[in-house]
Amino acid sequence: MGDETVSPTAGAPPARRAFAARRAGLLTRGGEESLWRWSARVASVIPLAGLAFVLAVLAVKAWPAIKVNGPGFLSRSSWVPGSTYANPVVTNGVSHPAGASYGAWPLIAGTLQTSVIALIVALPISIGTAFALTERLPPWLARPLSFFVEVLAGIPSVIIGLWGVLTLGPFLAAHVYPLIANHVPDVPVLRYFRGPTGYGEGLLTSGLVLGLMIVPIIASTTRDLFLQVPPLPKEGAEALGMTEAEVARRVTIPWVRSGIIGATVLGLGRALGETIAVAMISGSVLGVVSPNIFGTMTTVAATIVSQLDSAATDGTGFAISTLAEAGLVLAVISVVVNVVARVIVNKSSRHVAPVGRG
Amino acid sequence: MADVTAAYPPTRGRRVREVVFRTLSAAALLFVIGPSVWLIADVVVRAVPHWRWDVLTTVPLGTGGGLENAVLGTLVIMVGVLLIAGTVGVLSGIHFAELARPRRSGRAGGTVLRTATEVLSGFPSIVLGYVGYVALCVGLHWGFSLLPALIVLSLMVTPYIAKSTESALRQVPTSYREGAEALGMSTGYALRKVVIKSALPGIVTGLLIALAIAVGETAPLIYTAGITNTLPSASLIHQPIAYLTYYVWTDYNQPIKSTQYLSFDAALILIVLVLVLLVVSRVLVNRTQRHAEGRR
Repeated sequence: MGDETVSPTAGAPPARRAFAARRAGLLTRGGEESLWRWSARVASVIPLAGLAFVLAVLAVKAWPAIKVNGPGFLSRSSWVPGSTYANPVVTNGVSHPAGASYGAWPLIAGTLQTSVIALIVALPISIGTAFALTERLPPWLARPLSFFVEVLAGIPSVIIGLWGVLTLGPFLAAHVYPLIANHVPDVPVLRYFRGPTGYGEGLLTSGLVLGLMIVPIIASTTRDLFLQVPPLPKEGAEALGMTEAEVARRVTIPWVRSGIIGATVLGLGRALGETIAVAMISGSVLGVVSPNIFGTMTTVAATIVSQLDSAATDGTGFAISTLAEAGLVLAVISVVVNVVARVIVNKSSRHVAPVGRG
Repeated sequence: MADVTAAYPPTRGRRVREVVFRTLSAAALLFVIGPSVWLIADVVVRAVPHWRWDVLTTVPLGTGGGLENAVLGTLVIMVGVLLIAGTVGVLSGIHFAELARPRRSGRAGGTVLRTATEVLSGFPSIVLGYVGYVALCVGLHWGFSLLPALIVLSLMVTPYIAKSTESALRQVPTSYREGAEALGMSTGYALRKVVIKSALPGIVTGLLIALAIAVGETAPLIYTAGITNTLPSASLIHQPIAYLTYYVWTDYNQPIKSTQYLSFDAALILIVLVLVLLVVSRVLVNRTQRHAEGRR
């Protein structure tokens, strides 16, 4: 394949070819080029092969669970591993512990709830931050603060989880949540914000912490996008007498809207797949959807990390298989979200934030 | 702003909205900076009062001891990820930026591979960890060990390295390539001596940030690397390896204070490690930008 490519010096006089060959040292010119070409080609196939391998393993492992759990897996609310002492039962040709009943609805609901809270918190904060960094602050202050926001993206999620469970959660439960729970009126929708506030482990704390984790992703991309908006339209709008707020709302933000949406969906992808921080902060309650916004819960990712250990003790392998099914559900959700995000982002921005995921 | 114009007459409402807008954007910045500073200060306050330097030179023992095994293990994992993900990621970045042939339609080449790489970069890390456990540790009987951990982590950060390498290469001015061509260099030789050389700071930056991500990961390692109190051994498989994030994750809620301190110490070491990596990468970026020719 290498020879088909038109070499830039293909038509060059022989003297120049000889010069290049001499400069190339041990490798002949064609030799070095095809070495690069082939090694790069092989390397670029590895992520695709890895992804295919991961999806194949997930599908094969999940298949027995899919056969037994059925479509109800997505809507049931139960997480019963069954008896490991009784003889295994066979359903649809798959052996599993007697009484095993798995349903992922609370995990899926928890994943979506925490991610939505994270987005509601992170989006306005990110846009405000990006605006402050690009339009309001002097460069000597904006530069280090921008770097700080990027550093925040690199802080290991286990440390954010540590802070969330030991410091932020108890603080919020002691000083903030009671204020909300006691002052929100007892009417249909707002009732969700009332009731027992717990000890700081649960849905709202997890969502807030996830929000803090995705702010750097959205904010740094939005900042880059704002910097790309040409000054002339903004100056024109100001010359028409618009205030800064109006310029932002009518010129700057519409100019980069698709980029902001893309970055937001990217942040959503991160929030959906985040594992360790949520496993530490959620309270890890399986099988129930939280009755109010303060309640303990868990997500798909957090369940896999907290249950894999005990799942390995199921002699029939059914628990492990069920976790693969849960993983498959999560993978499908995140892949869809990410593909949508990349399609939008690639049209507008090339920024890559340093993003850990778990 | 108070100028009278026909299009936008100044009203009280507009002035109020302006003030509200400015206040909110300042508040938003505070909502980011505040919790971040709080978070870092929290780790420092928990770890520093009980800090002992022999944490770095002893292994965990009963309810105390140190983290030498985890510090060395994390360094071993860093080197391994650098070798595997670094090679694969940089080469695929080169493929995407320089070598993938454009389609007939005129669009950039390597679309399928690029999409796969991007999908992988958003893949939930715990699912990668699960597959590593099921397929490599159990399926291939490797047990909890270094190799499955490296494979899973590398799979996770390779897309990032590929992407940053690609954008570093794309920032090399076309005139460099044209100059190299005019001197009669072959594509391969020009790539090595001219293009990659001038993109090197950008590539290294990407590698450092990828390392910072790898250092901070927990979920993909728990069920692939396992844990051990002994120092890292030379074997790639069958021997579990310790790493720092494990101690943060498991020790913070242990009943004994000295064990909890290990968790905070590990968190402090991690923060320092990640900060060093990110600051060095930022210094590199600044140097590159100073040398960049007529480019942002």
